[in-house]
Amino acid sequence: MPPLRLHDVPFEMVPHQAQLLLYSTPAGFPSPAQDDMDEPIDLAGWLIEHPAASYLMRVSGHSMTAAGIVDGDMVVVSRAVEARPGDIVVALVHGDRTMKRLRRSGDRLWLVPEAEGYERIIVDEHVEIWGVVVALARRYRT
Amino acid sequence: MSTIALIDCNNFYVSCERAFDAALVGVPVVVASNNDGCAIARSNEAKALGVKMGDPIHLIRDRLDKHGVVVRSSNYTLYGDMQRRVVAAVEQFASEVEIYSIDESFLDLEPFKDRDLVVHANAMRAQVQRWTTIPTCVGIGPTKTLAKLGNAAAKKNPLFDGVGDLRDAAVRAWVLDRFPAGDVWGVGRATAAKLAALGIVTAGQIRDMQVKQARALGTVVLERLVAELQGVPASAVEMIEPQRKGMAVTRSFGTPVRDLDALMGAVAQYAMRAGEKLRSHGLVAGQLTVFFHTNRFKKDAGQYQGMRRIALHPMTADSLELLAAARRGVEGAWRDGYAYTKAGIMLDDLVASELRPRTLFEGDSDRRERLMSAMDEVNARFGRFTAVPAAQGFKRDWRMRAENRSPAWTTRIDEVPVVRA
Repeated sequence: MPPLRLHDVPFEMVPHQAQLLLYSTPAGFPSPAQDDMDEPIDLAGWLIEHPAASYLMRVSGHSMTAAGIVDGDMVVVSRAVEARPGDIVVALVHGDRTMKRLRRSGDRLWLVPEAEGYERIIVDEHVEIWGVVVALARRYRT
Repeated sequence: MSTIALIDCNNFYVSCERAFDAALVGVPVVVASNNDGCAIARSNEAKALGVKMGDPIHLIRDRLDKHGVVVRSSNYTLYGDMQRRVVAAVEQFASEVEIYSIDESFLDLEPFKDRDLVVHANAMRAQVQRWTTIPTCVGIGPTKTLAKLGNAAAKKNPLFDGVGDLRDAAVRAWVLDRFPAGDVWGVGRATAAKLAALGIVTAGQIRDMQVKQARALGTVVLERLVAELQGVPASAVEMIEPQRKGMAVTRSFGTPVRDLDALMGAVAQYAMRAGEKLRSHGLVAGQLTVFFHTNRFKKDAGQYQGMRRIALHPMTADSLELLAAARRGVEGAWRDGYAYTKAGIMLDDLVASELRPRTLFEGDSDRRERLMSAMDEVNARFGRFTAVPAAQGFKRDWRMRAENRSPAWTTRIDEVPVVRA
């Protein structure tokens, strides 16, 4: 057996970095309610079924009060659903955004207000149905 | 063979502005970059008037006014939300979606390839337009490069009717022979010049290059391009967001900054924002660069660029650490007597925070992490920069100029559109 000999080793060959692993171990009793936890009720999620195609708008004016929509209300306008007669819709009339009930009369479609003193509007080439009002939100006080 | 599509929103920023402002429909519209500097999006009407991408607004002001061009400040809050909606509208039409930029996504259409893909693409375009009002074009091909090229062809040539399907070899050849080499995705100006010197001016000629010749021009990119144009994918659709190599928070000042305190305030805010960005991606940075400079276009004014690069050791996503590093950098590079118009922070050497090399003597990082997440929470709940370290300051007279910015129509409840009833 050859005799054991010691060598000088260049410093850079000596391993001088050690990986330090840190672990944490959770302790204590798990909450007994953990498995039965529900998320809080998500009202916005209930009001807005298609978030990617829905837009919130603020109502200004009184032409839909008989439909239960008043000045200052917040409406959810969906572009995911097709407008049908009977729907409350948001339309662009000559570029102005307005909210009315869509009605069929004979072979024409009309935008019909639901309050005294407002005119109905015929749906022609100057009118674009922008979306359908699918939900309403209102706060009475803070 | 893969089947890849690229869907691209037409004049995206302008289309977003038009979605909620009917007065902008049918009139020339230009969206200006941060600080109302340059044209970064143009409606077709504005393009027809000769407004070019990147035109400085103040230089073309007279022309814009003469033709009644509407200038809008960029509203990234709105564009980001609309992008989210566009991607959601597209999802059901593809097995995978890779968001490539704010207005473009690559789609894997392989599972749908036995259908009529032009019909499929048109159904997708219709859905995007229905959900968001935003018009799009689609390119389809066996590779990303060809999908991108098909999209460009669809934009330029009305014959395609919005969908450039380049899967058919004859159609592909016809388009490639007419497509300028310099407009091919990935061909920069320098490469285009080199190619032109060899007489290569169309995409078709790039496709027909010998691999050896492409390699001789010196770029791997070009070699890959040749393969992609031949229909051999060099890259499948990347499903995972590639690890970011670096990120930057930079901005122009509304009013030039002349004193150190004001610059510190701005840079501190960028450091906070950068930290927030890092944490939201679960990353830490190893290097921070802070820079600030005067207006390069003002030749008669004094010019100075300050820049400092600082190693972050240990690597960190802690806003206060970033802030401290940025302050050191600004102090080191500061020169009195100049009017600074832009500053920014760049972060490099980004790695996932769980892969970060640990060091001894890191200090009480747990407490710091809790502080950071508390700060992020406060800022998310009550608006950005409600909770700020004192160095960041509260006076913000250097804030961006954005005189014609539209409201955050879709993301802030007090800015939603009004509907008349």
